[in-house]
Amino acid sequence: MNDISTTGLIAAERKVNVDAVDDGIKILVENLDFFYSGKQALFDINMAFPEKRVTAMIGPSGCGKSTFLRVINRMFDLYPGQKATGRVMMDNQNIVEPQVRAAVVRSRIGMVFQKPTPFPMSIHDNIAYGIKLNERVSRAEINERIEWALTKAALWGEVKDRLHTSAIGLSGGQQQRLCIARTIAVKPEVVLLDEPTSALDPISTAKIEELINELRSEFTIIIVTHNMQQAARVSDKAAFFLLGRLVEFDQTARIFTNPREKSTQDYITGRFG
Amino acid sequence: MSQRLPLRLARDATFRVVATLSAGVALLLLAWILWTLVSRGASSLSTALLVTDTLPPGRGGGLRNAIIGSLIQVGMAVIIATPIGVLAGIFLAELGDRSLLGRVVRFINDVLLSAPSILIGLFVYQILVRPFGGFSGIAGAIALGIIILPVVVRATEDMLRLVPPALREAAFALGAPHWHVVANVTLRGARAGIVTGILLAIARAAGETAPLLFTSLGSLNWSVDLTKPMSSLPVTIYQYAGSPFDEWVGIAWAGALLITLGVLCLNIVSRLLLTLGRGK
Repeated sequence: MNDISTTGLIAAERKVNVDAVDDGIKILVENLDFFYSGKQALFDINMAFPEKRVTAMIGPSGCGKSTFLRVINRMFDLYPGQKATGRVMMDNQNIVEPQVRAAVVRSRIGMVFQKPTPFPMSIHDNIAYGIKLNERVSRAEINERIEWALTKAALWGEVKDRLHTSAIGLSGGQQQRLCIARTIAVKPEVVLLDEPTSALDPISTAKIEELINELRSEFTIIIVTHNMQQAARVSDKAAFFLLGRLVEFDQTARIFTNPREKSTQDYITGRFG
Repeated sequence: MSQRLPLRLARDATFRVVATLSAGVALLLLAWILWTLVSRGASSLSTALLVTDTLPPGRGGGLRNAIIGSLIQVGMAVIIATPIGVLAGIFLAELGDRSLLGRVVRFINDVLLSAPSILIGLFVYQILVRPFGGFSGIAGAIALGIIILPVVVRATEDMLRLVPPALREAAFALGAPHWHVVANVTLRGARAGIVTGILLAIARAAGETAPLLFTSLGSLNWSVDLTKPMSSLPVTIYQYAGSPFDEWVGIAWAGALLITLGVLCLNIVSRLLLTLGRGK
């Protein structure tokens, strides 16, 4: 029971600024089912993601939260046999329909992965890659955008003198911030973070969390995390998943102080998962 | 448990000794081969060897035509086989992974990889040499290309598979189309490994004799005409080493030394590439 009080406190502290704002809806999920070659992994998910807010997805391993992210940005398209039915509405368009081009969806909904994924090229080229892919821009504009993205990702100071050296030489934490910079350089509307700090040390983790706080004013952020305190620290709303179903979705402060469901309570207090 | 400890220690010691000895034997054989090559070949190694063509016995001569012939045939083979091999490897790793065509191609490639090289020589003899009325350099190049091809396919596929799936997904996540991901991210990640595979394939092809016997045949004259029989180092070595003339036998040893040095260089370069590729 000790856990709930500390995480609850963290969340309660941030409660004020959350309730004060009226939230627009960025993504509306309705009756979403998902199948891995016939085996159902998500069951009738219904939820609305508030615009320019951070939503945390929590739940034990295998509960479907990462799967859910991969549905939203159509990553599942890469693998034959994976199928989504239902609606994921963004700007009045159902983005899981095959007619909607996956590449377009992905340029609007960026994703950062669990392990840092720098491309085997220079820091500069890593970020330029996504920009050049989606827009026709001059070299000067690209450089400007790279500086903007790296500054946003709190990495500019550390790498500005070595932009043309390989990104593989960066530390794990720097690589992850580079990946965040690469994602936001494309100017997506939504940023998905799939356990972005689980491979990082505590200091790098703190930096990424700070960064999430910075980015919330410009992007709609959905973060999957196994770290309850992280969810409490960074998110405005939190969704608890269990066995492919959405159990509870509410203000983070409420989830961590006074959850409606017993299974939510059991999970956040560490009784299972 | 404790009285079994000496037994385990003894087993450990035995294993160490046997493994070390085996490594020693392998190394010794290699050193022996190299020493034989150097001691027999070095005396005939001279600049004359590099600038004179093969001549009738008793008149000295060198290996210029054979060296150039080998370079041309192996070079052509690489030019023919590499693009096909790399593209086929991309197909296997990225596009047709589990498709029927993919599985068939992979199986046939594995068969080709272990096919005796003399068979490949006979095959090219049947489809190129006989119908087109004669031995030719291009037929030799194609035979060597068929030797190189499966190695390149395999190296490309294996190296592409070593690229972490998360890296591909990260590129897709930025909105990249498939060809773009392959061309700019996965292929780039696998580049050092693929080039290494190609270099090792070249090293193998450079020493092949059997596929050339029925295709480019070998020639004692200077010729860079791809439609005519063409000399090559391995075939010249084969002809010279079995001859009764001491001078020719010496030249054969020198030629063998040249090939070995060349292959050694290719191996060193490919090692360097791999380390550099990993380091950056």
